[in-house]
Amino acid sequence: MKILIFAEQRDNKFKKPAFEAVRTARTLAGEAGGEVVALVVGSNVQSVAPALGRYGTQKVLVAEDPRLTFYSPTAYAKIVAEAAKSQKATLVVIPATAMGKDLAPRVAVKLDAGLAVDCTAIRIEGNALIATRPVYAGKALIDVKMNSQVNVLTLRPNVFSSGTSDGTAALTEKIPLALGDQDFASRVSEIKQSSGRLDIAEADIIVTGGRGLKGPENFAMIEQLAEVLGGAVGASRAVVDAGWRPHDEQVGQTGKTVSPSLYLAVAVSGAIQHLAGMSSSKYIVAINKDKDAPIFQVATYGIVGDAFEVVPALTAEIKNLLGSS
Amino acid sequence: MKLAVCINHVPDTATRVNVGPDGKTIDKTGVTYVISPYDEFAIEECLRLKEKHGGEVTVISLGTDAHRESLRKALAMGVDKAVLLKDDSVRDSFAIAHALADCLKGLSPDVVFFGKQSVDYDDSAVGLMVAEMLGLPSISVVVKLEIAEGKARAEREIEGGCEIAETKLPAVFTAQKGLNEPRYPSLKGIMAAKSKPIEERPASVVQAKVETVAMRKPPAKPAGKIVGTDASAVPELVRLLHEEAKVV
Repeated sequence: MKILIFAEQRDNKFKKPAFEAVRTARTLAGEAGGEVVALVVGSNVQSVAPALGRYGTQKVLVAEDPRLTFYSPTAYAKIVAEAAKSQKATLVVIPATAMGKDLAPRVAVKLDAGLAVDCTAIRIEGNALIATRPVYAGKALIDVKMNSQVNVLTLRPNVFSSGTSDGTAALTEKIPLALGDQDFASRVSEIKQSSGRLDIAEADIIVTGGRGLKGPENFAMIEQLAEVLGGAVGASRAVVDAGWRPHDEQVGQTGKTVSPSLYLAVAVSGAIQHLAGMSSSKYIVAINKDKDAPIFQVATYGIVGDAFEVVPALTAEIKNLLGSS
Repeated sequence: MKLAVCINHVPDTATRVNVGPDGKTIDKTGVTYVISPYDEFAIEECLRLKEKHGGEVTVISLGTDAHRESLRKALAMGVDKAVLLKDDSVRDSFAIAHALADCLKGLSPDVVFFGKQSVDYDDSAVGLMVAEMLGLPSISVVVKLEIAEGKARAEREIEGGCEIAETKLPAVFTAQKGLNEPRYPSLKGIMAAKSKPIEERPASVVQAKVETVAMRKPPAKPAGKIVGTDASAVPELVRLLHEEAKVV
């Protein structure tokens, strides 16, 4: 088995899911007696590429062009598919990020490959590659058997370990590109960052507020608690639909599925589509007035009480702890 | 402007999922089916584009006769034509995309819309596969869209922000929540939809590349504990988070 990894970078920096993909591919190749090679696409990425060696690849292909500074679905898919063909890769591994989710389906079609997205586990059974992935926003898991000669997998971020950074720097190899204007038929021209807010999809700690907070003005205390913890602010669907918070903060089936180390649900009752989006979090804290709220069924720790009293006390107590340690 | 929107008919998000007797799909007993929520944003955006630029909107769904209910709702919202690609086979995203792409080829639309993902299998792949199969550019996870003079400029949601993306038409787009507020069908729309035909066609057949071999529920969470009531429980909670969970 030969595995090609798409090592996503933004601003010439790798994101953690790129390291997770390299390490996972390495482990898988090890089991199957295979080889791994990574691919970096961008405008000025040659200097950062060798760092992937510390996560388990000895060779990194570099596709550089000023027009590749920002993502282009058409151009990136062409580069990845051509690299997979020239390397005779039978498996392409891509992080299931915003970019990877857009890229992988196109790559799969170009390679006439099977696709399993957002995988949370991969194993080899006999000669078969089996991927596990959540469906129905995590209410169920399926095992899928990849029946093609070539397959494409995207890996859910924060699930696979990137391992410790060790080993040596990888060797890099620039690959020739023949890109015409038609290859940039759809392209990104600019990125607008949300003003310094941490995205819930990437946060290790999330503090989510629900309708029990009574109004958007009361999210100030949620923001303060999140800030003290170095976490992100999340919101329930009811809160987003009421226009109190932006949609990119929504956790659940029509929002984001998250699995941080610590998830605090404040005044969130725990509707089924919310639980689906967060119950794979490592530790869950629920704060709710209603002792029968469904959120307590998935909570590691619960406090039955009024959020307006509990949250400020919690913020103060954590501030105290972090200040003294 | 010719607009096409592909929709799926899926279990309502309030559904409690249980594994069915085949061990590979959900137990459909008592499940209510709806238009996949992201597909409603896609329908709405097509209707708004039609209102602005003129033209016609065709809705397409691949599946059994049950899908007629969602097609009928799309017609009631204001869509002009509906096509049911009749199919009851087991398909992966590739095989679904293949049949939709085949149908779309005949329509040659300027704009093809999908929801960013269907909320059953959460693949977020079919729209982009269709784009690739048709050789069309695409912008996925769109939260804002402007179309003028054969070009589109869109904002697509990414981690911690948005990308501004551009493309020429024809193109494929996938809709994210936030793009618009889908309308409810009006009484007039519902009445009109009753007389609009749903064209039925056979779906093209292609071998699936991925096969579901097992479905299961995720492992149950071990029972948690109620640390206490009111603010007096806070010091104990913080101690547990710090010493037991070691996350703070």
